[in-house]
Amino acid sequence: MLRLVVRRLLQLIPTLLGLSVLLFLWLDRLPGGPASAILGEKATEAEVARINRALGLDQPVYVQYWRFLKRIVELDLGTSTQTGQPVWDEFVLRFPATVELSLLAILIAVAVGVPLGYFAARNRGGWLDVTAVSGSLVGICIPVFFLALILKGIFAVNLGIFPSYGRQDTGIDATSVTGFAVLDGVLTGEFDASWDAIMHLILPAVALASIPLAVIVRMTRASVLEVQDEDYVRTAEAKGLKRSVVRSRHVLRNAMLPVVTAVGLLTGSLLSGAVLTESVFSFGGIGSFIRTAIDARDYPVLVGFIMFIAMVYVLINLLVDLAYSLIDPRVRVH
Amino acid sequence: MSVATKTDKIQRLAELTAVKETSTGASLWREAFRRLRRSKMAIIGAIVIAVFVVIAIVGPYLTPYAPTAQTWRGEVFPNRGQFVGPRGDNWFGLDHLGRDMFSRMLVGARQTLLVGVVSTLIGLAAGFLIGGVSGAFATLGGESGRRVDSVIMRFIDMMLALPSLLLAVSIAAVMGQSLTTVMIAVGVVQVPVFARLLRGAMLAQGGADYVLAAKSLGVRKRRIVISQIVPNSLSPVIVQATLSLATAIIEAAALSYLGLGNPDPAIPEWGVMLAQAQRFFDNAPMMAVYPAVGIIITALGFTLLGEAMREALDPKLRG
Amino acid sequence: MRIVKSRAARAITAAIAVGLIATGCSSERDNKSKGDGDKDTFVFAGAGDPGSLDPALASDGETFRVTRQAFEALLEHESGGTKLVGGLAETWSSNDEGTVWTFNLRKGVKFHDGETFNAAAVCANYDHWFNWKGTYQSSAVSYYWQTIMGGFAKNEDKETPKANYKSCTAKDEHTAVIEVKEPSANLPGGFSLQALAIHSPKALKEYEKQDASAKGDAITYPKYSQEAGTVAGTGPYKIVKWNKGNKEVSLERFDDYWGDKAKIKNLVFRTIDTEEGRRQALQAGDIDGYDLVAPADVKTLEEQGYVVPTRGVFNLFYVGMSQGANKALKKKEVRQAIAQAIDKENLVKTQLPEGGKVADQFMPDTIAGYSKNVTKYPFDTAKAKGLLKKAGEENLEIEFCYPTEVTRPYMPAPQDLFESMKADLEKAGIKVKPKAMKWAPDYIDATEAGSCALHMLGWTGDFNDGYNFIGTWFAGYDKQWGFKNDKVFDAVNAGSKLGKVEERVAAYEKANEAIMDYLPGVPISSSPPAIAFAKNVNPPNVSPLTQEVFAETSFK
Repeated sequence: MLRLVVRRLLQLIPTLLGLSVLLFLWLDRLPGGPASAILGEKATEAEVARINRALGLDQPVYVQYWRFLKRIVELDLGTSTQTGQPVWDEFVLRFPATVELSLLAILIAVAVGVPLGYFAARNRGGWLDVTAVSGSLVGICIPVFFLALILKGIFAVNLGIFPSYGRQDTGIDATSVTGFAVLDGVLTGEFDASWDAIMHLILPAVALASIPLAVIVRMTRASVLEVQDEDYVRTAEAKGLKRSVVRSRHVLRNAMLPVVTAVGLLTGSLLSGAVLTESVFSFGGIGSFIRTAIDARDYPVLVGFIMFIAMVYVLINLLVDLAYSLIDPRVRVH
Repeated sequence: MSVATKTDKIQRLAELTAVKETSTGASLWREAFRRLRRSKMAIIGAIVIAVFVVIAIVGPYLTPYAPTAQTWRGEVFPNRGQFVGPRGDNWFGLDHLGRDMFSRMLVGARQTLLVGVVSTLIGLAAGFLIGGVSGAFATLGGESGRRVDSVIMRFIDMMLALPSLLLAVSIAAVMGQSLTTVMIAVGVVQVPVFARLLRGAMLAQGGADYVLAAKSLGVRKRRIVISQIVPNSLSPVIVQATLSLATAIIEAAALSYLGLGNPDPAIPEWGVMLAQAQRFFDNAPMMAVYPAVGIIITALGFTLLGEAMREALDPKLRG
Repeated sequence: MRIVKSRAARAITAAIAVGLIATGCSSERDNKSKGDGDKDTFVFAGAGDPGSLDPALASDGETFRVTRQAFEALLEHESGGTKLVGGLAETWSSNDEGTVWTFNLRKGVKFHDGETFNAAAVCANYDHWFNWKGTYQSSAVSYYWQTIMGGFAKNEDKETPKANYKSCTAKDEHTAVIEVKEPSANLPGGFSLQALAIHSPKALKEYEKQDASAKGDAITYPKYSQEAGTVAGTGPYKIVKWNKGNKEVSLERFDDYWGDKAKIKNLVFRTIDTEEGRRQALQAGDIDGYDLVAPADVKTLEEQGYVVPTRGVFNLFYVGMSQGANKALKKKEVRQAIAQAIDKENLVKTQLPEGGKVADQFMPDTIAGYSKNVTKYPFDTAKAKGLLKKAGEENLEIEFCYPTEVTRPYMPAPQDLFESMKADLEKAGIKVKPKAMKWAPDYIDATEAGSCALHMLGWTGDFNDGYNFIGTWFAGYDKQWGFKNDKVFDAVNAGSKLGKVEERVAAYEKANEAIMDYLPGVPISSSPPAIAFAKNVNPPNVSPLTQEVFAETSFK
């Protein structure tokens, strides 16, 4: 297990190095170059020259790249041109919101998707199956931002069940400990703050969950269908094991393998989705920050974010692999 | 296990076709096609796509009015929330600048199809090249070939690690805003998927009997790859291309929503139309609903056909 | 290990469950008190986060909207109007030349941190700005200081303007005298800017310990401007918290305020990026008011019973022409053809907020200096075609830039406006090449550099002086316009050096006539940007300068 972790972490290095080269070249190719990216709209020529000197743009390319790399390693991602604050600080501030949102979205997708897929497979061709399959197909085809707008229009504006924007209500004045609003409420005993944060999370999380949910329903259904015909399931049934035991220990457990993979696979798409849903709900996470960074061409933020996401993505995949080896003992042997 | 678990699903699809493959692949195709014809999903999907394609090709010649002419601009008042809904002259009503919605939807279909097809082709072509080279090295290149393959795959994994939307944004930032940028951006996002898929399928083919036979007969490696392995690895790629058309159309709509879409707003494209119309959702919901429904139904058509094809090729999922 | 894990998991689940049950009741209680009418929190949504809590470092409306509630300048505009009135100075006067400004300060004014307001405090502020160094001298940070007062004690950059500020003296406890080197049309209006609002001297000392540049390369705003606690002004509200994660700035009534105390105890500004988002939040009852209302929503909101007061008109929207980017624009016939090809009336009727007017010069008619005798260029497609023919430019092809993802008070939906004008120009036989760009920095950079042949921009006045409009554009050669015409430049500058207001006004009228005779671009419209409030709100006096004072707000 430890060897797996170490090996995977080592494999991370070339990937990130390659990515940093790409990012470096990208920054270099930007219209106006890094100086205008840093200084923004009102820069004078003298300021640009100053920045070019400060960034060492008069130096050979490899020196420039080395500096770029060093800054990334030191987590010195530069300063956001939108807010004038260090990019790293901005991430730390907003990351918890997106983590909460993504976790809840995945939770919804798994909690609804797995049982739905399972029962759809058990009742193949029945009404539940048909509904689940067609529902999941449609779910993939609705643009996320459109779904978010519709959900907001119905449940926040017309019915008023959920708040229409933001992370927390205005009057709540919650104490911030970790930055995770729901967790903070629990930790400080301000349960109304937790509840408030959850209410704010639900609509964006449902919108964000639409695609993962659809994928998980179909994955679960397909893999349950596959597994239930496998020899070991038949053997188990023939042995006279209780049906519930067969189902939970053999069918579900084995069927979960591809689903776990899918969850890892979906993190990338979740972050894309978060850019859209968070901006529809003015939810103060990384996604809506990236959206404004895109609008304002805040390159330090975009570069930092891409590096950051790549790392998170690879780490999540590592976790998925570990989960894999826990569920499937065969993997551990390799 | 490989770095990107993300691709396991792709790999699986790739292997599936190979496992049951005969030396020519023809019978598998015939069998799959027979199954497809019986699949309701496939039929519905095919009909939707056919209708869409016909509209996209013929539609622009059937428009009752020029899609860009602001003929009725004196009748809509976006500044007062007054819009014109469906009526005798304008079957779908007017948009916010007094243009005929029906004509715009017809012309928009062609633009939407264009974006979907071109971007998928870009992704397919680049992915095919990278995946093909990688797969060829991996199957027949020996030890050094495998090393080349692993370098290429690291690169592909890296691309997979980036959220697609961000990749598209980065490309748009360098290239400026244009329809071409949208197509390239959406296309590039598909590259790693196609590359993985083709490579996976080729790897699975690499061990097949006919390849071993050809090798032992002394057939040149390049010939084996080009005339045997690649053709036999195509089916998953074609399935994925169908599915990608749906993703491309949705992805293009998302880019439009983020303001990175086609800069010439006069040329109607469903994604742009939807992004624009959502501002008036309260006063004129239909203006957003038409393009939204267009996008959803079209994407659904491609998804249905793609999924049906996948199932047809995958005997385990057969009904 | 597995057992431990699941126990922890169970504990957390239980905690959350308890929390949910417990709060089920408490949130109901909250909802009940909402309808009671004794609400003590007013929530207002803007379109973007403020950049800094120190207005001196800012140049954008979102920042000033927040700081205006907590900081006051020497002069202010009358509530809901454009007339200059006393702010922290009760009265003011200048010598005939307009170089020595004497302010008789208000007595009994306290800063939020308990300091007393006096002439020494005023001078501490002006000297603080004047002595800025390093990154503070960047035009991105000290834009307004540089516009009004020129450069600094020691300019570090060749391109920084020469300092016009000379000195500030505390003549006695309640009299401050500010001297400048040369008379300027920006005074006394400039004394009313938020960027020149007066801070507590104690806070200034704190500010001076912090540098704006952290790493020597990019501009990093100093810490004091990013979190509440240090900044202190004299306004009716004090800033108590800036929760960036939740995109909200909270203010609380300042009980020692010298004037009418704020009617609502808590004032909160939140950010909702999109127009629909703000409208929906108001309709859902999540906020009590918002700015930058889409014109399409005004009528809808009014019909639903929301309070949507109309502001006075104080801005100008125009189509700019960069003669450097397309040679054809150097011909007056071509410029005139473009002006006459655009159906301005239609834009005002269908797209700009109701109450908007067609503009015929680069100044709204609410400003002293507006001339009734300018040359007019009415909409006439046939005439435009004739002019193009005369100029030998029948096949004119021209690039037209427009910004995306932005709403400006003078330009509510740029893309729609662009599309309408494009259709107009094409009717007159001009081929238009559209170019979409992000507002900042791409669009602003491109238009300022003069690389967009045609483009749309506008201006909302900072204070009521004509030079604040025409001086912004036509005081001298500017790449944005790309022309040199001494007749225009001289006419515009003639007014700026005059100390007497009446003389200035006459000069501005002449300048407007000269500008419209030359026709450097096409003024399109002046329109009132809408602001909306919940049904139970007595809104503040809305300001043509978009300088609302929320202390005037109350609940019905």
